Amino acid sequence: MRAVHDLGGEPAGPVDRSDHEPTLFDQRVDAMMRLLTQPSRAVFTVDAMRRSIESHPPAEYFGLTYYEKWLHAVRRLTIEQGVVSEAELSAKIDAIRARGTDGAPR
Amino acid sequence: MSARFSPGDAVRVRAGEPAGHCRTPHYLRGKRGRVVMLHGSYRNPEKLAYLKPGLPRQPLYMIEFDYAEVWAGRQSGRRDRIVADIYQHWLEADPAR
Amino acid sequence: MDETHHPHDHDHPHDDHAAIGEHASYRPESLLLEQALRELLIEKEVFSAEDLQRQIEDTESRDPGLGARVVARAWADPKFKARLLADAKAACTSIGIDVANSPELKVVENVPEVHHMVVCTLCSCYPKVLLGIPPAWYKNPQYRSRAVIEPRAVLAEFGTALAPETVVRVHDSTADMRYLVLPRRPADTADWSEEALAGLVGRDALIGVTVPRTG
Repeated sequence: MRAVHDLGGEPAGPVDRSDHEPTLFDQRVDAMMRLLTQPSRAVFTVDAMRRSIESHPPAEYFGLTYYEKWLHAVRRLTIEQGVVSEAELSAKIDAIRARGTDGAPR
Repeated sequence: MSARFSPGDAVRVRAGEPAGHCRTPHYLRGKRGRVVMLHGSYRNPEKLAYLKPGLPRQPLYMIEFDYAEVWAGRQSGRRDRIVADIYQHWLEADPAR
Repeated sequence: MDETHHPHDHDHPHDDHAAIGEHASYRPESLLLEQALRELLIEKEVFSAEDLQRQIEDTESRDPGLGARVVARAWADPKFKARLLADAKAACTSIGIDVANSPELKVVENVPEVHHMVVCTLCSCYPKVLLGIPPAWYKNPQYRSRAVIEPRAVLAEFGTALAPETVVRVHDSTADMRYLVLPRRPADTADWSEEALAGLVGRDALIGVTVPRTG
């Protein structure tokens, strides 16, 4: 069975060349991934990122934006590696909801 | 892990379904190609994906495939090629050629 | 033929948010998750806010101008070109481009009979250290699916027509080599400066979907 990400030769439509500047979200997720996979930190590997992204079911693989898939992978791998826990992440999300998502970095 | 193949060697990509993360695309599995060059030896990404060391390093080859071999029944330029980097453990010698 | 529907960047109303642009169709929970992960990782001193900012800036500093410089130098200097084809990372380092934090680089040279094109069918592997981040189309399913099965049709969509006798070599970046195309130098540029030559070389020519032209 062909995996969801293994796209070579699959039927597909025209190439859409429209693009947009990376958003702050994109930039932050990109930077987080690079920092976490740097040899000096090595919280996980780029290969592990790919493995995690490849495990999205088709609706998510094709429906989520590129960096949302990266973000999901960062979440899964930081939990897998015991760097953060589900409980801590839930609590933090609740706290941010409570104080309001002003988008300002700490 | 020593390099089994040399530039010009006829090889075939192993068929079969990988268990887990794999960098040998499905459309090349079972296909015949030729070794263009040895890139060097690298840690196995199938193991690195699970945060295992991925040792011993595996020889990685640039393999070229004839378009017609990869896409039977379709046409492109007469000598168009698909070229991919394939790890040694996914290759077998193809002595018939 | 089965046309797979790939919803991507479809428009729908969004709350205004400082962190996102108008084009994005992020799920609201993604924005929360990003902020939560970032704050936790900083609190736990996995990295600092300054580290993150520095990384964003370094990424922003990489753009196809770097790749264009490398090509222009190769066009102008045969010794550099030979070094580039033999050991791309060393050659880039020799002209002051920091490629230390990059996977292996491999430059493939277009010649009159051979045109190279680069794709990553499995994800989005790309020579970021010389080109910056890849365009959306490179990462999207259409290019990834079609580049290896109908390269000439894809090239045509980019306005690139090759002579039938030109060989197309499509490189699928399946491992840790990152490919850069060394395009052919346009004929009428004999006395051009390197800077002017670099100006001819855009990102798409370095990926191999277009060819540089003067005017």
